[in-house]
Amino acid sequence: MNANRPSLNPRLFPRPPSIESGTTVDPDEIARFTALAAEWWDPNGKCRPLHRLNPVRLRYIRDHLTRHFPGIGTETRPLAGLRLIDVGCGGGLIAEPLARMGATVVGIDAAAANVRVAAQHAADAGVAIDYRCTTAEAVAASDERFDVVVALEIVEHVADLPLFLTALATMTKPEGMIILATVNRTAKSFALAIVGAEYLLRWLPRGTHEWRRFRRPSELAGLLRRHGFAVGDVTGVGYNPLRDEFRLTDRDLDVNYLLTARRGP
Amino acid sequence: MSLDVPCAAPARQANGDLTTEVIIVGGGLAGLSLATALATAGVPVVCIDRDSPSAQCGASYDHRTSALAYCSQKILDVIGVWPYLAADGAPITDIRVVDGASPLFLHYDHKAVGLGPFGFVVDNIAIRRALFQRLAQLPDLIHLAPATVTAVERGVGHAEVTLAGGRVIRGRLVVGADGKGSFCRQSAGIGLTRARYNQSAIICNIATEYPHHGVAVEHFHPQGPFALLPLTGNRVSVVWTEPTDMVSHYLSLSDAVFTAELQRRAGDWLGAVHPITPRVAYPLGISHAARYTADRLALIAEAAHTMHPIAGQGLNVGLRDVAALAEVITDAYRLGMDTGTAAVLERYQRWRRFDTVLLLGVTDGLTRLFSNDIAPVRVARDVGMALVNRLPGVKKVLMRHAMGIVGDLPRMIRGEAL
Repeated sequence: MNANRPSLNPRLFPRPPSIESGTTVDPDEIARFTALAAEWWDPNGKCRPLHRLNPVRLRYIRDHLTRHFPGIGTETRPLAGLRLIDVGCGGGLIAEPLARMGATVVGIDAAAANVRVAAQHAADAGVAIDYRCTTAEAVAASDERFDVVVALEIVEHVADLPLFLTALATMTKPEGMIILATVNRTAKSFALAIVGAEYLLRWLPRGTHEWRRFRRPSELAGLLRRHGFAVGDVTGVGYNPLRDEFRLTDRDLDVNYLLTARRGP
Repeated sequence: MSLDVPCAAPARQANGDLTTEVIIVGGGLAGLSLATALATAGVPVVCIDRDSPSAQCGASYDHRTSALAYCSQKILDVIGVWPYLAADGAPITDIRVVDGASPLFLHYDHKAVGLGPFGFVVDNIAIRRALFQRLAQLPDLIHLAPATVTAVERGVGHAEVTLAGGRVIRGRLVVGADGKGSFCRQSAGIGLTRARYNQSAIICNIATEYPHHGVAVEHFHPQGPFALLPLTGNRVSVVWTEPTDMVSHYLSLSDAVFTAELQRRAGDWLGAVHPITPRVAYPLGISHAARYTADRLALIAEAAHTMHPIAGQGLNVGLRDVAALAEVITDAYRLGMDTGTAAVLERYQRWRRFDTVLLLGVTDGLTRLFSNDIAPVRVARDVGMALVNRLPGVKKVLMRHAMGIVGDLPRMIRGEAL
């Protein structure tokens, strides 16, 4: 663990006992992302699509959180007052803007290289984020709880999805919110997310995704419902190749989509 | 090196260094408007200005006037500047375009568009004064003046601007609003395409015997356009274009002879006229930067483009840059994004560059079309003008263009807050 990372109040954020080799972690997946680590913050590198996607995802998160938690924040710090965990934070592409929007952010990733990249970048940018190399289960096993749990483009990479969602549900405070982003399991998502993005456009290294691990919105909703969550919104993400722009769409949930689920009281 | 992100106002260090989100180099009308727009939206900004406000408000600093198109007035209103300026703005309610001595003329009446006056003509000094009054109310804005920039360094995580005397300002984005000879543009190695017209504009303000009733007149002469723009009171702003080699002749005339020349060109509808400010000449040219952006840098207004004043669009185009860039920066800032990154800058460049190329082409075309006396061309443009006059649809489109209210408009031009 990186002792130099900008730390929030350690009393409020006890460290999990050890770096866990938890059951939701797939070792092959971790190796793949370690190779990617250095590339996270290059807007024209391998993560270019994520950089293009980011404004759309951030707007979705901000708008849903300010609607769900009325009265928080200001125009320039709309998430002030929220404790938020970014599960599978990667290089911190989402965690950092969320912290700049005022949220108190914990970012976790099972790949140590990602956490190092993220912590270094946050330190350079002067943003306080508590980054940890740990797993969702370890955090869930501790007594830390969050207003908001964000897990973007991660559920399609975990080895045991029900267990993973149980961990996310456990760490969410009553009346808190989970926000997920992932890829639907449809013929179109096979054509676009695997054949298109990995083989034709080479946006992602081949083998980044496995189609059978993609989940339909209804499957995620069903699993979350067991933990007392209600899915409030499912929104698709469309891509316009002419403008090289992503946008939110209600009509097309076939490939990438975002989902919010509210925990009951 | 660590960059501490200010929550609101730019942060001051003990040695006088500053840390902010956006650094604007150049405190002219466009630079200060952008600073005001950003600070109004809550984005921390430092604006570095060569001259002090007191020097800029001095009587001899700048006698020029600006025709603020409808869209520019909207922008200044949204950023809280217009209330300080409204009393100094003379509305343009009619535009008359006359081709040389031809009896045909094109008449634009604002009632045809139905949005109020086409725009307002304002003394530049009044715009400056209004900007200074407004920026004093904005805690997120630091105006550094007088100050000289000696270096602009743009790094991976942030940019630094060094001032004479060694003070350093750190931020995520540098905006070059430093005019034609932009230091920011040159230091980024961005090329400039430019051409000189063999024309200069002689500028002065005149007092008139009769009121102008809000009428703006543009006479097209083969030597170049001669424009009269209404100012508050019985005052009119003159933009008198002549071939450059004739300019020294007109500047050296005695007051009496110069006044007689003015009177001859202005006609008699304003009664007796006489100059009330010194005559100043500006060579006219056209220039366009190869790019409007580089890593952590955006260029606006004359740092990016200059054009012929034939259509009165100079400051208006600059303010459209301001509206677009302020919107792009504010959107990113409110999403917690780094405002100096490619995603932000690309959106600005894509938005503004095409628009400007189009306008540069139109103003250049107009200049060449009207600055000659070849008989068939003269007949063709007279017929064209008469035709436009008879076709209300075409005229309406042209007027809306002049007012700046066509295309994909920034929120501020639509009169919405950022």
